[in-house]
Amino acid sequence: MATILDMPQLSDTMKVGVLRKWRKNEGDKVSPGEVLAEVETDKATMDFESFDEGVLLKRLVADGASMPVGTPIAIIGKAGEDFAALVEQANARTAGGAVKPDAAAKFEPPKPAAAPPAKAASAPAAAAPPAKTVPAPRPAPAPRAAAPAAAAPAAKVLASPLARKLATDLGVDLRTVQGTGPGGRIVERDVKSAAEGGQSGQNGASQTDWHAAEEAPGTRATASAPPVSADAPLPAQLVPDRRAEARPATAPPAGDVVKPLSLMRRTIATRLLEAKSTIPHFYLTADVDMDAAMEFREQVAQVHGAKLSVNDLVLKACALAMRRIPEANASFTEEAIIEHARVDIGMAVAIEDGLITPVIRDADRKTIGQIAAEAREMAKRARDRKLRPEEYTGATFSVSNLGMLGIRDFAAIINPPEGAILAVGTVRKEPVVKNDKIVVGQRMSITLSCDHRVIDGALGAKVLQAIVGILEKPISLAF
Amino acid sequence: MRTVAFREALNEALAEEMEKDDRIFLMGEEVGHYDGAYKVSKGLLKRFGEKRVIDTPIAEGGFVGVGIGAAMVGLRPVIELMTWNFSLVAADQLINNAAKIRQMSGGQFTLPVVFRGPGGSAHMLAAQHSQSTEALWAHIPGLKVVMPANPKDAKGLLKSAIRDDNPIVFIEGEVLYADQGEIPDGEYTIPLGVGEVKRQGKDITIIGWSKMVKIALAAADELAGQGIEVEVVDPRTIRPLDEELIVDSVKKTGRCLILEEGWPFNGVGAEIAYRVGRRCFDDLDAPVERLTGADLPMPYNHHLEQQCVPDVPRAVAAAKKLLYLE
Repeated sequence: MATILDMPQLSDTMKVGVLRKWRKNEGDKVSPGEVLAEVETDKATMDFESFDEGVLLKRLVADGASMPVGTPIAIIGKAGEDFAALVEQANARTAGGAVKPDAAAKFEPPKPAAAPPAKAASAPAAAAPPAKTVPAPRPAPAPRAAAPAAAAPAAKVLASPLARKLATDLGVDLRTVQGTGPGGRIVERDVKSAAEGGQSGQNGASQTDWHAAEEAPGTRATASAPPVSADAPLPAQLVPDRRAEARPATAPPAGDVVKPLSLMRRTIATRLLEAKSTIPHFYLTADVDMDAAMEFREQVAQVHGAKLSVNDLVLKACALAMRRIPEANASFTEEAIIEHARVDIGMAVAIEDGLITPVIRDADRKTIGQIAAEAREMAKRARDRKLRPEEYTGATFSVSNLGMLGIRDFAAIINPPEGAILAVGTVRKEPVVKNDKIVVGQRMSITLSCDHRVIDGALGAKVLQAIVGILEKPISLAF
Repeated sequence: MRTVAFREALNEALAEEMEKDDRIFLMGEEVGHYDGAYKVSKGLLKRFGEKRVIDTPIAEGGFVGVGIGAAMVGLRPVIELMTWNFSLVAADQLINNAAKIRQMSGGQFTLPVVFRGPGGSAHMLAAQHSQSTEALWAHIPGLKVVMPANPKDAKGLLKSAIRDDNPIVFIEGEVLYADQGEIPDGEYTIPLGVGEVKRQGKDITIIGWSKMVKIALAAADELAGQGIEVEVVDPRTIRPLDEELIVDSVKKTGRCLILEEGWPFNGVGAEIAYRVGRRCFDDLDAPVERLTGADLPMPYNHHLEQQCVPDVPRAVAAAKKLLYLE
């Protein structure tokens, strides 16, 4: 019996997947575990493996199609099986925006009221790449926000009707707009600021800004009209729609490059905005005397021939500090603070078009050599986008290091639900006083960003002291 | 222009119309010798005599019915209810006779009768005497419901109501009687079913009628200080409703707040919200919001009473919520 395969959820934050490349053709035999296609999630490109034995009967979407999780992408079954009814079912689900993965089981034949597939296919077809049976809705300019049925991802966008209309008029893709209304609803001001290329307005966006948006110069002949007294008889016709007059030009200025948001950029935007706007951050900075740590690193290289980076030392130092001060190895939830039993250290890795934070599990129990090897290997796979979701989620503390880029110090944004993150600056040589003499010393600035709901100032200071202490007396790093 | 009180404006309307048309008479409790419970009919008995200004017993079911009968046989009665709270004992006359006779007689009878009197809460009159009844009457096809907010509207609308051939429910905000306002010097009328924009603005529409217009205007003043331009729309007639005026305004502002003194369930605001939702769906940046009287019988206690009627701070807060500024 043939079945519909849906876009799988390959990471816990994945909402939409891009079918990068089909690896099986229609008619190809498929065994369990064989790769059907490569799917780009918000974090990585992953293999979509078949669970079933059979033949790939139909690809419902073309390479490059962006589909919400739970929408049909293929039909699998026995060779020669008649699957026309399933195609129709799949079309109806795609057109109806049904995204429940389990909806297929109890799906009824499409009713005439629900947009018939043929009709649904015709509207966006012009804008979509050629696909044989089903329109492959592309993230490309949604022709009409009001017809989200076919442009399935739009169904996930929360926006006021006015914002939708305005987005259509101004050529703004709502999926690239950050909503500032309740529950993240995209409202008029968000679309306007997006159209102007500005940042999406915060709640606190002053009304002056907000009015300025409407009162584009030269667009409001009516603005200077004298105020009408309350009792004055009012003309039956009100002033014509001023919004229409105030519309900014749709096209960006010549020379500007419009880069559609990748899934990763979108995820980064959402997560970091959430983190920075909901977590009460505070910051503690300390200088580490790195003479001993650099000497330690040198000795390890000489004795073991192993190359350790400064970052490896910091990772290990953080892991030990978390083990010593378990109150800081914690997460805030609405009900309780959770102290984590394990110490899993995330390390931010810059990759093309974004960043990702692979996690070194049980870093407190690993030797510095193990940590170094694991960090190197994971960083490489991160850059190749080959990390599995479980490898970049669930850290209890993170480290972000820009020292190799010469940054003296900075403050990092906490990666929720972690309670803190350490930002590491460069190791710099500078004159220091030792034994009443000015000599050349090595210093490194580190800044701890703390979630004040979990970590108070004194506790944060204790954590920072512990990290400094370990790095300044690096003998404990050796075990 | 000259400045008169709300009650004087009503008095002028009655006097001017009665002067013109001797089929018009005023009837109700204490309208004659006492000059009216709220002095709306001051001096009319002296001027027009006992045949045209008639004091009745405390029997609303009776004199409302007499008014309907008189209208059926060609007179043009104005029936004063001491307050609209007392109209409830005449509900059968109003709903089953006044609202229906024109249609049930196939147009053989017209019903040129105005039922008028104060409505809404005032000050510590408790549950039975603080009611806003406009939603009840506006529910009934066959009745027109008129609710002026200032002296100018009161006079112009009452004159139109008296000249109308249909039964009119004319509700005067009890706390508005002493309000002063400018009215035109000469003869004028204001047509029924035509609202007015009481203040122009582009950011949010606040709809209110009767004394809620005052709340809306005060809220608009306060919001203006914060850079928000409120448009205040007063439909003036609840039924027939000036839907176009409301729709035009909401299409312009994209946000709609309705102030209603009465109860929320099946309120006038509920009907307006439905019409705005239907006509302005694509223009709304936020769901239509209502600020209404509390959904309970009015408490007698002054502090509780204040909490049960829309006021300026809550109107301001509701408006800012619609603007996503809170």
